[in-house]
Amino acid sequence: MPHDHHDHDHFHHEGMSPSGHPYRADNDEPLSYWQTMEIAVRELLIEKGHTTPAEIAAQIEAMDARSPANGAAVVARAWVDPAFKQRLLEDASAASREMGFDIGALHLIAVENSDDVHNVIVCTLCSCYPRNLLGLPPDWYKTRAYRSRTVKEPRKVLEEFGVSLPDSTQIRVHDSTADMRYIVLPARPEGTDGMSEQELAQLVTRDSMIGTGLPRTP
Amino acid sequence: MPNVGGMSENTPFDGRRWHDMGGQPAGPVTPEEHDFALWEKRVDALQVLMSGKGHFTVDGLRRALEDMGEDAYEKYSYYERWIAAVNQNLIEAGLYTLEELGAKMDEVRKRGDTYGEAAGG
Repeated sequence: MPHDHHDHDHFHHEGMSPSGHPYRADNDEPLSYWQTMEIAVRELLIEKGHTTPAEIAAQIEAMDARSPANGAAVVARAWVDPAFKQRLLEDASAASREMGFDIGALHLIAVENSDDVHNVIVCTLCSCYPRNLLGLPPDWYKTRAYRSRTVKEPRKVLEEFGVSLPDSTQIRVHDSTADMRYIVLPARPEGTDGMSEQELAQLVTRDSMIGTGLPRTP
Repeated sequence: MPNVGGMSENTPFDGRRWHDMGGQPAGPVTPEEHDFALWEKRVDALQVLMSGKGHFTVDGLRRALEDMGEDAYEKYSYYERWIAAVNQNLIEAGLYTLEELGAKMDEVRKRGDTYGEAAGG
């Protein structure tokens, strides 16, 4: 298949984006085979009336608006509102919709961390991720290393993320499917008693909702 | 035995295909990530919109990705594989033909050497 950039050097190394990630090769890079296909497919769909440029732009905007801040708002609500937390653990899709988030047809399950239990999510078969609440998955979530090893040696994988848990903590790994996605409800950090829901949300990191991290402490 | 899902002919079949990675040996997890480029976001949008309109299912997308084989997983980036899978499903759904795609890709290539030029912005 014609394809001429087999090196994996997709990144600009000169600087980082405002979000602290490397910039991805974009509009000023040599046109690749797959980019050519994307343009062609998109234009054919528009020409034949299956979509419009406005519809595509709106979809991109909707996806861009989904960020870990959405999940953080749900977690913070669960930390301050026991009745909401109960509903979240019973049906995370419904509880998230209650807060105005579009969960689509996904069956979303929230799994709660405690002193004794730490939950981690993975998709061993592909890249299923609670994208409606957290946005698009990070690259590492889709790698062979994470997909393969998380179900076998989660403690070691967590250590590679800088998370060391006592041996007494049970680690539960949840393998997602296309229709059933998980989100971790991290334990509320100590010393946060007087904090507002909005302040608490600031402590909730993306990785703490995947299980590869812990919330920030105040 | 046919070569199933990119499996080497010398590998004994253990009941799993290449994409079924859970529990297999692998190297350390390196926490790499990047901000998505416009073309990648467009691929994502096309997938969501076209599956949302019923032209294919998530299972159809996965079937195409899995049939590409392990070699494609190692060689191509995530959204490179996705556009290939989206395209295959759309052709199967009859939204356009392989010939139309080929002609359009030729036309796109002639517009310029960068994505920006070829996509018209």
